[in-house]
Amino acid sequence: MNAPSEAIVINDLWKIYSRKKSLKISSSDVENEEYVDELDKGEDAVVAMKNVSLTVNHGETFIIMGLSGSGKSTLIRCLIRLVEPTSGEVVINGQNVTQMRKTELVDFRRQSLSMVFQHYGLLPHRTVLDNVCFGLKLRGEQLEERRVKAAGALEKVGLKGWEKYYPAALSGGMRQRVGIARALVMDAPILLMDEPFSGLDPLIRRELQDEMIWLQKEMNKTIFFVTHDLSEALRMGDRMAIMKKGEIVQIGSPDEVIANPADEYVAKFVQDERDQVQRAEQVLAREKTRKEEAAHVS
Amino acid sequence: MFPEAFQVHIAPAVNRFIDNLISSYAPIFDSISAGILSFLLTVNNILDAVPWWGYILAVALLSWYSSKKIVASIVLAALPFFIGMFGLWGMALQSLSIIITSVLMALIIGLPLGVLMAEVRFVAATLRPILDGMQTMPSFVYLIPAMMLFGLGRVPAVLATLIYALPPVIRLTALGLNQVPKAIEEAALAYGATRWQLIKEVRLPLAMPSILAGVNQTTMMALAMVVISSMIGARGLGQEVLLSINRIDVGRGFEAGISVVFLAIVIDRLTQNMAKRWEPPKR
Repeated sequence: MNAPSEAIVINDLWKIYSRKKSLKISSSDVENEEYVDELDKGEDAVVAMKNVSLTVNHGETFIIMGLSGSGKSTLIRCLIRLVEPTSGEVVINGQNVTQMRKTELVDFRRQSLSMVFQHYGLLPHRTVLDNVCFGLKLRGEQLEERRVKAAGALEKVGLKGWEKYYPAALSGGMRQRVGIARALVMDAPILLMDEPFSGLDPLIRRELQDEMIWLQKEMNKTIFFVTHDLSEALRMGDRMAIMKKGEIVQIGSPDEVIANPADEYVAKFVQDERDQVQRAEQVLAREKTRKEEAAHVS
Repeated sequence: MFPEAFQVHIAPAVNRFIDNLISSYAPIFDSISAGILSFLLTVNNILDAVPWWGYILAVALLSWYSSKKIVASIVLAALPFFIGMFGLWGMALQSLSIIITSVLMALIIGLPLGVLMAEVRFVAATLRPILDGMQTMPSFVYLIPAMMLFGLGRVPAVLATLIYALPPVIRLTALGLNQVPKAIEEAALAYGATRWQLIKEVRLPLAMPSILAGVNQTTMMALAMVVISSMIGARGLGQEVLLSINRIDVGRGFEAGISVVFLAIVIDRLTQNMAKRWEPPKR
């Protein structure tokens, strides 16, 4: 089998949530534009994701950016069918996820990827070490082996010595480190991250971002990263897609997006970042002149 | 007045149904009865084999183990001693054997049903009104047919207690399973948990405090049935209460009544402390 160059390929992916039991939406419905518009306006259904297509290359950190309700969480869940897409296709590492049977899907989730969640999703009744072991246990690995691997992963995220504690004893940042260790220990080629740092305070967030970047240099995984924080996207991402009301409005490298926003929505997003850069430049310039003047006086 | 023309009675149908059951299925009920009786006798024999101080020691140790409070443990261990002082030890053990038998049966039936109720919507929809009925139907209504089907004595008492005590364990099991945070379930699924793994590794352990609260409730309900079941000939503390009511012997009734209360307090504290130990650690 020759490995395809794309890690993740998404073709025309749709998700329409039905709010009424009687309303069944089939995959062919999405082709009828008028019907979709009608659903979108009505109360009975929510069009969460419209016609999303993108490809993520191996070893790339791909960011999905958007405000809440833009469909980014739906998208990342559709990748491993935590949410069933209404229509469209997801191919990961050459395997067609959308066509898998249940048992294949379970196997695929165990082997091919791991996920980090905004709300950690740790088991409160298990120790930190056992939480990290969880995925390996589901995979059916032996106790000794998974303990050794988990201890290694915990060391990687800087939680050595915390193995015997329970999640409740940990701060938010540390819990998310456990979440990251749980994902890393799976040794899967693809990492899905759903707003992993959004619930953390700014300093811890930055710390974890830096660590993630540092780890990624070593691991070279394919990372699919969802966030609503532009500066996070700019720091972490090789490429990014910006979502608005379930649609992708722009895909490009961070530089491209900042330099050439595709529409007003993206421009507004980017404006803050530009303002900050401008302000930083001004501050630095003022500081410089002040120092020069001081040097002059003395 | 409600118009007489609209009156319809289902009483004859119910009577016929029960008569039919008795005449056609007597062997089946006899074998069920024999099964329950042998279970009950085993429990009774085990209880009888333990010396009286064994109970007091066990209560003290269990309480100490689960709560780490010395005074509370000593007080709790003194309660069964009082029952013995009233001369009601043997009767308390007989009541206890009925309670333990019906609670064990309630758990064997109730836990799987609770899991089913949480997992399958159809089961939940059908079970809910039945459980309501079991809890609110006056117990004498089913005591009479139970007596007709299973004879007098301890077996119908166990069944009547079972009917009354089963709903809380089913309900609280289902409730606990449904209260597991969606974020945790989602994470387990994302790592490739099958439906059974999700139940076993995530939902059941997280539901454990609620399930144990159900066990506690079930035991308390079973205790409440002690007096009523003595009316159909089950021996135990209830019999003593009944006897003193008939003789208007207030003091004797009080001794038996307070013994039921002591029994209830001991069982309640022990199961509650056990439930606390199952809660996810706070630190």
